[in-house]
Amino acid sequence: MSILVLAEHDNASLKAATLNAIAAAARIGGDVEVLVAGQNCNGAADAAAKVAGVKKVLVADSAEYAHALPENLAPLIVELARSRSHVMAAATTNGKNVLPRVAALLDVAQISEIIEVISADTFVRPIYAGNAMATVQSKDTVKVITVRATGFDPAAATGGSASIEKVAAKGAAGLSEFKGAELSKSERPELTSARIVISGGRGMQSGDNFKLLESVADKLGAAVGASRAAVDAGFVPNDYQVGQTGKIVAPDLYLAVGISGAIQHLAGMKDSKVIVAINKDEEAPIFQVADYGLVADLFKAVPELDAELAKGR
Amino acid sequence: MKVLVAVKRVVDFNVKVRVKADKTGVETANVKMSMNPFDEIGVEEAIRLKEAGKATEVVAVSIGVAQAQETIRTALAMGADRGIHVQSDAELQPLAVAKLLKAVIEKEQPKLVVLGKQAIDDDCNQTGQMLAALLGWAQGTFASKVAPDGDSMTVTREVDGGLETVQLKLPAIVTTDLRLNEPRYASLPNIMKAKKKPIDALTPEALGVDPAPRLVTLKVEEPPKRKSGVKVGSVVELVEKLRTEAKVIP
Repeated sequence: MSILVLAEHDNASLKAATLNAIAAAARIGGDVEVLVAGQNCNGAADAAAKVAGVKKVLVADSAEYAHALPENLAPLIVELARSRSHVMAAATTNGKNVLPRVAALLDVAQISEIIEVISADTFVRPIYAGNAMATVQSKDTVKVITVRATGFDPAAATGGSASIEKVAAKGAAGLSEFKGAELSKSERPELTSARIVISGGRGMQSGDNFKLLESVADKLGAAVGASRAAVDAGFVPNDYQVGQTGKIVAPDLYLAVGISGAIQHLAGMKDSKVIVAINKDEEAPIFQVADYGLVADLFKAVPELDAELAKGR
Repeated sequence: MKVLVAVKRVVDFNVKVRVKADKTGVETANVKMSMNPFDEIGVEEAIRLKEAGKATEVVAVSIGVAQAQETIRTALAMGADRGIHVQSDAELQPLAVAKLLKAVIEKEQPKLVVLGKQAIDDDCNQTGQMLAALLGWAQGTFASKVAPDGDSMTVTREVDGGLETVQLKLPAIVTTDLRLNEPRYASLPNIMKAKKKPIDALTPEALGVDPAPRLVTLKVEEPPKRKSGVKVGSVVELVEKLRTEAKVIP
């Protein structure tokens, strides 16, 4: 068996979620090979070769792969997939964009967002926003799988010494063109890889009030997130969103501030190790999943928390 | 430009689903069903394109049991012009749905096909991408803005870390994300009018598609429950507990 893992990267380095996907691949067993498709992507390829458990890194370095356009990437992955047992990618927006296209071209099903490997053909995945767990078996010759990063501890970024092999580019499909990106600039860690996350909900009342959370986040080295309600209300951009329809996180500490705890939000954070809820409504469902609950007005409690953390020990 | 919108009938997003005792799935009998929320956004976008003079006709397609016609009626009440129902009582997985939609699209020849980015029942997030692959079309997934212009279309996509803009050759597939629009409510007169709009009936056999599932669901279980925690009386107590008990902050 050989397993192809699509690397998520920015050409210079690997994105953290790739390490979780590699870990999931290692659980299946067999040779793990990583595909780095990009432009001037030697940095990412070198990083992939150092990841523990990776046998080989395949590099497709060409202009048509610069922006991970699925129309261009899918034919490349399909060709490599035909001689392999599994194709996997982290369930990032990128992985979710390209892998179903690969599966359809191979005429196989995709198994989305697995959180557990039972065997080489059987996996566990959440359905209904994580309110049920389905164990599914694939009979297809090639298993195409996206991996929910929070389900697998990341593979070690160092310790490996994989060989690096070039693969020929397949050219552009001529269907799509990258025009630009507006990425949020933040000094804080990325939501999905942060050790601590502090999120605000509708109770924050305005985007301006998120400054209260940012101040706490900076003292803790935390990322700032939000519930869908806060995004829908226009307080913060959608890439802050934690939940079924946003990002799935599982940090060591998750602080939910002014978040009632709708099913769709819980789906995105309930696997966090420690959950803290601050809400003035003691009936809020968020308290049912919180390890520590504080019934309080957030506009009083959050500045207090900020001051308490500033004091140090 | 003709626009085709795919709509799925799912358990309403407000329903707290329960796993069946025999672990074969979740309870769907006597449960409120609605249009998948992302598909509602798709219908709304198609109608807005028509209102803006960019689209000439909006066709709503649903695949599934007889009651999926209700979901099509909802789309018609919102403003879609006509419906197509591919009736099947079998379990339909995304690849099968993509193949059935492809067969419908080959008959209908739309220039744009809009789907929700994921259905809130199986949470697969696959059908739009698979359909684009089978048709050999471009795909603009997780769209928060679409702007068709002649033979191409600019799509702004919600990606990890922000937004990305791509230009797609038409015909193309778009899948909707939350911020694309806010779907309208159907007015009573429009609900009445929708009853007279035509819905064509098709079957997988008539379309020449084998919709057999590829994945076997071995069991469906409740997720592990979190044990309930404690209430703390003050911020000072909270910080103390996080430091000494949970040991998650320095």
